[in-house]
Amino acid sequence: MPPLMKLIFSRLALGAVTLLAVSALMFVGIELLPGDLAQQILGQSATPQTLAAFRADLGLDQPAHLRYLDWLAAAAQGDFGNSMASRRPVADLLSTRLANTMFLACYAAVIAVPVAILLGLLSALWRNSLFDRSVNVGALGAISMPEFFVAYLLVLFLSTRLGWFPTLARIDEAASFGDALYRSFLPALTLILVVIAHMMRMTRAAVINVLAAPYIEMAQLKGVPRWRVIVKHALPNALAPIINVVALNLAYLIVGVVVVEVVFSYPGLGQLLVDAVASRDFPVVQAVGLFFAGTYITLNVLADILSILSNPRLRHAR
Amino acid sequence: MSKLLDIRGLRLEAGPMGGRTTILHGLDLTLNRGEVLGLVGESGAGKSSAGLAAMGYTRDGVGITGGEILFDGIDLARASAATLQDLHGRRIAYVAQSAAASFNPAHRLIDQFCEAPLLHGTAARAAAEADAIALYRQMQLPNPDQIGFRYPHQVSGGQLQRAMTAMAMACRPDLIIFDEPTTALDVTTQIEVLGAIRDVVERYNTAAIYITHDLAVVSQMADRITVMKHGREVETAKTRQMLAAPQEDYTKSLWAVRGLKRPERSAPEAGPLLSMRGIEASYASAKVLQGVSLELPRGQTTAVVGESGSGKSTLAKVIAGVLPPSNGVVVWQGSPLPGRYQKRDRATLRHIQMVYQMADTALNPRHTVRGTLERPVRHFTGLRGAALGARVNELMELIELDPAVFLDRLIPELSGGQKQRIGIARALAAEPEFIICDEVTSALDQLVAEGILRLLLRLQAELGLTYMFITHDLATVEAIADRVVIMQQGRIVETGDQSRIFSDPQSDYTKRLLASVPQMDAGWLNGVRQRLAS
Amino acid sequence: MKTLKSAPTTALLGMLILAAVLLTGVFAPLLAPYGETEIVGVEYEPWSAAFPLGTDNLGRDMLSRMIYGARNTVGLALLTTGIAFTAGAALGMLAALKGGWTDQALSRVIDVLMAVPPLILALMLLAIVGPSIPNMVGVIAVIYIAPVYRLSRAAAMNVVSQDFIQAAQLRGEGTLWLLRREVLPNISSTLIAEFGLRFCFVFLFIAALSFLGIGIQPPTADWGSMVKENATLITFGDITPLIPAAAIALLTIAINFIVDWMLHRASGLKS
Repeated sequence: MPPLMKLIFSRLALGAVTLLAVSALMFVGIELLPGDLAQQILGQSATPQTLAAFRADLGLDQPAHLRYLDWLAAAAQGDFGNSMASRRPVADLLSTRLANTMFLACYAAVIAVPVAILLGLLSALWRNSLFDRSVNVGALGAISMPEFFVAYLLVLFLSTRLGWFPTLARIDEAASFGDALYRSFLPALTLILVVIAHMMRMTRAAVINVLAAPYIEMAQLKGVPRWRVIVKHALPNALAPIINVVALNLAYLIVGVVVVEVVFSYPGLGQLLVDAVASRDFPVVQAVGLFFAGTYITLNVLADILSILSNPRLRHAR
Repeated sequence: MSKLLDIRGLRLEAGPMGGRTTILHGLDLTLNRGEVLGLVGESGAGKSSAGLAAMGYTRDGVGITGGEILFDGIDLARASAATLQDLHGRRIAYVAQSAAASFNPAHRLIDQFCEAPLLHGTAARAAAEADAIALYRQMQLPNPDQIGFRYPHQVSGGQLQRAMTAMAMACRPDLIIFDEPTTALDVTTQIEVLGAIRDVVERYNTAAIYITHDLAVVSQMADRITVMKHGREVETAKTRQMLAAPQEDYTKSLWAVRGLKRPERSAPEAGPLLSMRGIEASYASAKVLQGVSLELPRGQTTAVVGESGSGKSTLAKVIAGVLPPSNGVVVWQGSPLPGRYQKRDRATLRHIQMVYQMADTALNPRHTVRGTLERPVRHFTGLRGAALGARVNELMELIELDPAVFLDRLIPELSGGQKQRIGIARALAAEPEFIICDEVTSALDQLVAEGILRLLLRLQAELGLTYMFITHDLATVEAIADRVVIMQQGRIVETGDQSRIFSDPQSDYTKRLLASVPQMDAGWLNGVRQRLAS
Repeated sequence: MKTLKSAPTTALLGMLILAAVLLTGVFAPLLAPYGETEIVGVEYEPWSAAFPLGTDNLGRDMLSRMIYGARNTVGLALLTTGIAFTAGAALGMLAALKGGWTDQALSRVIDVLMAVPPLILALMLLAIVGPSIPNMVGVIAVIYIAPVYRLSRAAAMNVVSQDFIQAAQLRGEGTLWLLRREVLPNISSTLIAEFGLRFCFVFLFIAALSFLGIGIQPPTADWGSMVKENATLITFGDITPLIPAAAIALLTIAINFIVDWMLHRASGLKS
């Protein structure tokens, strides 16, 4: 196998192994927990019958590794068991909420990514200018605010005071695409503001790092115009770090969704996960947690592979 | 001859307002068409800043605060960005010290070559490519037809440096600034690059400013030499005149090490202090030492000489027990040593000490001089209280530093030479019999290096120390060594008494190595190239 | 004192805010007009002389709960960061110094921890152990060991590769001495700045978990859950629930200002 393929293959394999490790995490965690889980959750007043039913539900009467393998085999076929709270199949609970969460994340990403990269590039190019400094102060402020603070500020001004947008982002199957965009504007905007701040700062740092390289000075001393130095000499080398920044922030966005969904009562996976954790609905926590972790891992592996592919040292072997 | 470049009263300052430091204090330089000017000085002399300023360029944070830079009548200090952009690459070009870092890793060599001609409109793509290949051939690059189509990381350092000179030639500029182009190269590679550079510069009658710290190198390249110190000119003269009769003491000190001679010594005492038999060692899967056998005579200095990758520093690691050999044995005073330092007893650790190349990283910057010396004294000799203080004072006197002044300073408050002396004192604190000196003078300016070498010689005479002196610099070897070991690619090529190695080298590699060391003689490069060619 | 004078206004402002919050937290019982969980009026009373910030959803004094919140939220964040830091920095330095097998084993475990987004990992772990204050502190501390480990390992690697470490090893110095006297003094400024940054993350993290209802549990007063409990007021145009949120933001900005200045100083000292 050529070394490049080998490198990419090893990243993919590493990603898969990590995902498996994460999927086993909850089983290991439950196993390590001291005392009787059923008793702890249901309380001292629970009857022996309910305790036994609970154990059977979770499969606690079987050894952990068998339980895990059973779960893994079923999950591979799309069966994540039944919710302990609602008794419905986890897969059913997930399906529409998954689509909603993806919709919200994509909505935010489509706007945030280009804007953030542009802002980052410009502030790196005009380093220490008034533009750079004001963008940086703004970004530092946005990073320091908890997401729910940003969300409620938007609600206060754009919804309660001005009445432009609804306070709660309830969307359902009946809503048209345009309607869905309108109703979920505030949660999307919250995510956009927070993600832009992180992403812009990282892009700026990555570009400044490349601009300090000796080959940039060399290009200037060859009489290459400023714009061409940026496009031909800096950008190809800044690509890998920028790809990493994008992936990292997309991953961050997927997670930021959790808090924002709760603020706006948005019917997505985040809301579901938080409810499931509070009621300790293990099958749901397991499935939703795995989805979030899986997305995060996939994005990171993708970023790794893209930056391998954009590195001339790796693309053209010695 | 007409003037091409005329720098008058050039002042450069760096740093923020208030805390500004002056880099150049009113420098005057002139350069005629087709002339090569050597700019020589030690670190901090401002020679690189002067070279860049000759292009009307300053680095971030540096500003031109006075004087003018007349290039063919245009004042570059006041020229517009557009004017400079038009001149750069077309009429003035630059060759940087590190070609590996100065080529853009994302583009092929030939694309980077063609960029300037296409932008400045001096040639079309096809013509520029043909010219690139022609220049690569003149620069004696291997495979000139194909090498341009490779990426920088696929080409070796010496070849990249030549490709960069070819790139600078692309628009046939009137002036090229060479900023230490061979400093990072091994001597045997350096000689090829120097020759190639001089050929093209002569062929196209290009004027050049050649910046270096090495007077021997610059005397091969330059018609005239300017010596600089702390941002000021020390003296300027024609090359031959500068070599034959330098006026200033500072200029003479630039070849201080070459004037040093070790005292004559009687034959070694019986039996080697340390010997190695059949040593093999590797990092990961790469074998760095292959069957090295060696004896170090007691009370003498053995110099281990080689270029990068020869395995000379690895040899030090094996002796010190940092890198256990995969095969072979190190014998200390007749008994074999364990491969790892962790397995050696305190007496052995005590008797084998090291002094490192970079004093900056060899001493903990968070410790004081006192802390640096007290710890090993206590550790190895068990002295406490007043006796400890007395011993530390004694060590400071051995290395010729005043204890009252220096003991309570933090390491970063010392100069490079003082740090290296503390490094030596720390080794002496253990009261060792044997000291490994790993390139101890190669990071230092000449005069300071000479002081360190004198100190080492004196300590050897007083304390009867045995040295293993690892270096790539043959001038240092000549100054200090009794025995010489020449290494190449993990093997010992030749061993012998110093005088014999220098007067009558046996192996081809030793001959080539010795021939490659630049001499203070303007005709040396021509002579040696003829000899190597035949 | 001299370094303080050279600090920019932003850093001085940051230190002032930090000091104010810390003092409020320490002297909370003296400063608060009412008890932490004392019900003193009806629900959602507006701002008045008796209740400067009104009352909350259960009729408790908002100002008193803000003051106690400073103690609980900041105190728990400090405790959590402290645990994560001590463990992470010690393991990171050890991995850098020992290398080989120790480094491999530790680093792979950390890789897995870092491969899952912190909030998701916290939620999964809290589902297992159940939400409570000690559980939350433990879970967040474990999660934040990972980034601290990575940073201190990287910083220590730069030190360990230097010759003075080899010189000390060749002298026969022990691991503890090497870590404490040779490595730690050289990375302490990096670690202090990192502590500030990590504290911000942990602080925001605890606030977010509490806001979600699975962090600090009622009736303990804390800034995150105070926002959640009184969020309905916002839809009526009342800004009271935003005050604890603003306090969180203010403290985070303050610390960021201080850290920025410290990092700037550290990089300036090097060059």
